[in-house]
Parts: sequence; structure tokens; C-alpha cells
Amino acid sequence: MISEQFPALIVVTPLILSLFIPVVGWWKRKLCLPIVLAALSVCMISAVGLLNMVQQHGVIHYRLGGWAPPWGIEYMVDHLNALVLITISFVAILITIYSKDSVEQEFPEHKIPTFYTLFLLNITGLLGITITADIFNLYVLLEIASFSAYAIIAMGDRGAAFASFRYVIFGTIGACFYLLGVGHLYIVTGSLNMLNLAELLPNLYYSKVVLVGFAFILLGIGIKMAFFPLHTWLPDAYTYAPSAVSALIAPLMTKVGAYAMIRVMFTVFEPNFSIGLFPITSILGWLAAAAILFGSIMALAQKDFKRMLCFVIIAEIGYIVIGIAVANRTGLTGAILHIVNDVFMMACLFSVAGAIIYKTGIRDIYQFRYLHRKMPFTMAILVIGALSVVGVPPLCGFFSKWYLILGAFEAKNWIFVVVLLISTLINAILFFRVIEIAYLEPREPGHAHAHAHNTGNPEGIKREEAPLSMLIPMFIIAAGIILIGVFSGEIIARVIKFAIPATL
Amino acid sequence: MIEYIISKYNYWMYIVLILIGIYAMMAKSNLMKKLIGMCIFQWAIIFYFMSISAKRDATIPIIGGHGAHTAAVHAVDFVNPLPSVLMLTAIVVGVATTGIALALLIVIYRKYGTFEEDEVIEEIKK
Repeated sequence: MISEQFPALIVVTPLILSLFIPVVGWWKRKLCLPIVLAALSVCMISAVGLLNMVQQHGVIHYRLGGWAPPWGIEYMVDHLNALVLITISFVAILITIYSKDSVEQEFPEHKIPTFYTLFLLNITGLLGITITADIFNLYVLLEIASFSAYAIIAMGDRGAAFASFRYVIFGTIGACFYLLGVGHLYIVTGSLNMLNLAELLPNLYYSKVVLVGFAFILLGIGIKMAFFPLHTWLPDAYTYAPSAVSALIAPLMTKVGAYAMIRVMFTVFEPNFSIGLFPITSILGWLAAAAILFGSIMALAQKDFKRMLCFVIIAEIGYIVIGIAVANRTGLTGAILHIVNDVFMMACLFSVAGAIIYKTGIRDIYQFRYLHRKMPFTMAILVIGALSVVGVPPLCGFFSKWYLILGAFEAKNWIFVVVLLISTLINAILFFRVIEIAYLEPREPGHAHAHAHNTGNPEGIKREEAPLSMLIPMFIIAAGIILIGVFSGEIIARVIKFAIPATL
Repeated sequence: MIEYIISKYNYWMYIVLILIGIYAMMAKSNLMKKLIGMCIFQWAIIFYFMSISAKRDATIPIIGGHGAHTAAVHAVDFVNPLPSVLMLTAIVVGVATTGIALALLIVIYRKYGTFEEDEVIEEIKK
């Protein structure tokens, strides 16, 4: 049965097809995009199939090449990563469709096959990180995702190459620390399989080697997911990246890092180790609170719309980590829901930023004036995304924040509650500023007879909406934000409830 | 104390190398030196993995030859092959990282004509 091979297909299909793209693209450039879409459709079908199977039969264990773990590499699918897999492949398909026009505008034609090869390789890496149950395999796939991200970010203009170089340096430090942590765990257990490690490690929890290994792994993942004091590479890299790239990488890369953090803390290690033996959750929690405040306040200071969104991402990562750090069922529910929500919200906002740059070339928020006349649909989508980040019900951002705040209440950590509420206020200021500039038209006090004054006449502005190939994916993402919000109860009851470790 | 240090000298070596690498990456303003620091950092981890697989008086882990099926196989006689295999992958990853970083440096040098970090930042701000 083909459905038994879904876990392998989800990684192998995009990997192999991405290697075909340069060859086929050399022959016919127009075929690159359909190949990416075909690969991602296979991923999407497999991901949905996997979630279905997990719901019916429980956790799926897939042995690559038939080798039994702990010797062979094992792919494992449970409710948590089935959900993340679906989110990644769904958003990736939409961003691929979205990318068509913006890529054709930004790059010369001969670079398009290169672009799509890297694009698909990046998604391969992200899907692989999510599905693998082998910590060394996770390192390799993390590097596949990062390498393609370095290269594809460097294809942008202005400071992209330099920003990408800094990303290479930081990313490599992160990956190396992760690998070092894996080495520490390997020395004491002799195993690399997550589930096998979970069986072997409890006897060794008081060993210093295990503690150091755990700290190194978290440090490595922290750099990769741009967690607060380690975030310095992110704003430049995502600001200078090509529009389609930041719409793909900005939502997905950091969230997959957050997923890996949950996986290490609650599957490889037992929750009571991650929470009890070591003050790691309180350290993470305070850093996350700092991340939220820092990200929100820095976002207020930005004039460049994309750069502002980059700092919002840093704050959003803080939200997810706060959910992990309060370490109760409610908080973790919020964190997992926020991973999904944030992928949609950031994909929405970054694709809006890309569409504005595509049509008008404007990056500066203060030049957004009259944009609602030029691009009414794009701005409507911006409003949906912005309100969701602020946390207005029934949009999805509200529900995950609600669970995070409830989780902080349950943990009796009032400061986290206050931080979450303050950041909501800052986000409201942040996005209402953008919406105000874009929607409210200035009244010029010196000219009572405004109709006589022709310059800046709003009636003279023609509608220049983004092309349909951009608008439709953006609409679907915006509809996704609303639907996830409306059905968030269903998602929690059917999927996320089972994703949380039973001992928590 | 000295005996303690000497008995674990392989770990001290890798710690020193990692620190050199991090120092070069963080403190040097020349981008090429940062890249060299990054390579030292990666190699340190490869050395670390290789050193944990080594054993005194052990040989390569190939079981075979005369009487392979009759004589018992003792794990003590063989080097642990798994870290070597892992590090083959890590070396490939390291080479790829260096390749990407060098390609980026070429682009940076063509655009800005310098490897000094602060000069590049000034050029970008212009």
C-alpha cells in the first residue's frame, strides 16, 4: 500500500524533484513551478493521510530501509508533527503559487531554476526536521534547510549577501552546538533514536554529561529559531531576502525550530526532567518574556514594514517559548496552537509586504498613504493578519494567546500574564499605526477648498491591485486565519490534546 | 589536578579549539577571519566525535578473515564505527557551509570591495 510509504514520500519526493529542477529548467523554464507544486501536492496528500492514520491507529513508526531502530533511522508521526507537517505543506503550496510573479519580477530568467531548487530543498529540510525521530538525522535536515535558506536569502538585493553571511556564521554556531549536544547524549547512551533515548536517559538524569548535552541542544535550537538573545541574525536576513523567500522562510523556519524544541524537551527528555531537575523552564520563561517585550518595542521603532514584521516574529517566538516554559497542559496547548497560527499570520503579513513591494516598491510604512485605494484587497488581507497578531476574536491569534495567558494564570506566574497583555497593547499600537496610515486620508487644514487643490487628490489614484496569482493565495491564507480561529476548539479537541505528553 | 587534565586531554583540546573558533567569529572584524574561525569551530567538534570513538589497542571495525565465524567478537578490539560515520556526514556539511560562505564572500567583495565588517556596513547604509 502506498499509504504505508507516506512518511518516506513526504521527504523523498521534494528532495528528488528538487534535484530535477535545474535539469528540467535548463530545458524549459516554465516547468519549474509545476514541478514544485507537484512535489508539494504529494507532501500535502501524504501529510493529510498521515494525520488521518494517526487519528485512527495511533503513532506511526516508519523504518527507513527496513532497519530496526536504534540502528536504522526511524521516522515517527504523532499528532504533533502530523499537524505541523500539514501546516508546512499547505502554506508552502500557497507561497509557491504566490511566488510566481514576484520571482519573475525580481530575478533574471536564468536564475529561476536555481531559485526553485533552493526553494524546494528548504521545504524538504523543514518537512524532514518535523518527521524524523533520529536526533542526528534532525541535524542533517536542519542543515539542508539552513543551507538552502542561506543561499536563497543571498539572492536578494542590497545587503542580502552580507546579511546572509552573518546568518551563515550564527546558523553554523547553532548547528554545531546542537551537534555537540547530540555527541554528549551519544557518549552516555550510545543511541541516537529519540524514543530509545527517552528509554535510556531517565537513569542518567543526574549525570552532568546529560545536563550539558541538554543545554547545548537547547542553545543550538535557540539560535536556529532566533530566540531572544540569539536573534541578531534574523532581522537583516529576512528584511533583505527576496519577497517570496521571506514569505516562505520567515513563517516556517523559526516555527520548525520551536517544534524541535518541544520535541527535545518533551519526547527525548521526560517533562519532569525538563521542568524539575534543572531550572531550564524558568530561564526559558524569563528570556521569552524579554523576547516578547524586546521584539514588540523594537518593532515600534522600525519604519521598514518587512523589518517591523521581523521583530514581530522575534516576539512571536517568545510567545511560543512562554507556552513551553509555563509547562502545563494549557500553556503547551497554546504553544502548539500558536505554532500553527503564527505560520499563517506571518505568511499572510509577509506576503502582503511582498505584494506591496511588487506593485509599488514601497517598504516604508509612512509611504503607505492611499494604499487602500490602490490595493484594496491586499490591504483588507493586511488588516485580517494584523488583527490576528493583535489577538482580536474570532481570528486565530486570539485563541492561542488566550491559552497562553490561561497557562500563565495556572502556573501562577503573574508577570508572564502582564507581559502577554502589555505586548498585546504594543501590537495594537504597532498595527493600528500601519492601518491608520494606509486607510485614513489626511485632511489638509490650510485648504478648505480641497477640491480645488489637485495635488494628492485621492480621486486621482488608480487602482493597481496585485495580480490574481498573488491575491488568491493571500486570500486563502487570510481565510485560513479566520477558519483556524473559528475551528480552534475542534483542532485542540481532535489533534493538539493528544500531542501533549501524558505525564504533564 | 594535572593528572585529571592530562587524562582527558582530548576534551581539553576540543574545548580550546572551540573557544578559538568562537573568539574569531565574534571578535574579528574581518569576514574572512570569521570564516576561518567558523571552520576551526566545526573541526573541533569533528575531533571531539573522533576522539570518543578511539580505543587503545583497537583496530578497524571489519569483522572477517580467517575463522571469523568461529572466534567470538569482542567489542573491545574494535573502534566504534558510528562516530566516524556521523562525522563523514558532518564533514560534508562543513564543506558545504564553507563553500556557501566563500561564495557569499566573493559576492560581498565584488559589491563592496572590502572584507572589513564595519566598512561593509557603511557601504550598505549609503
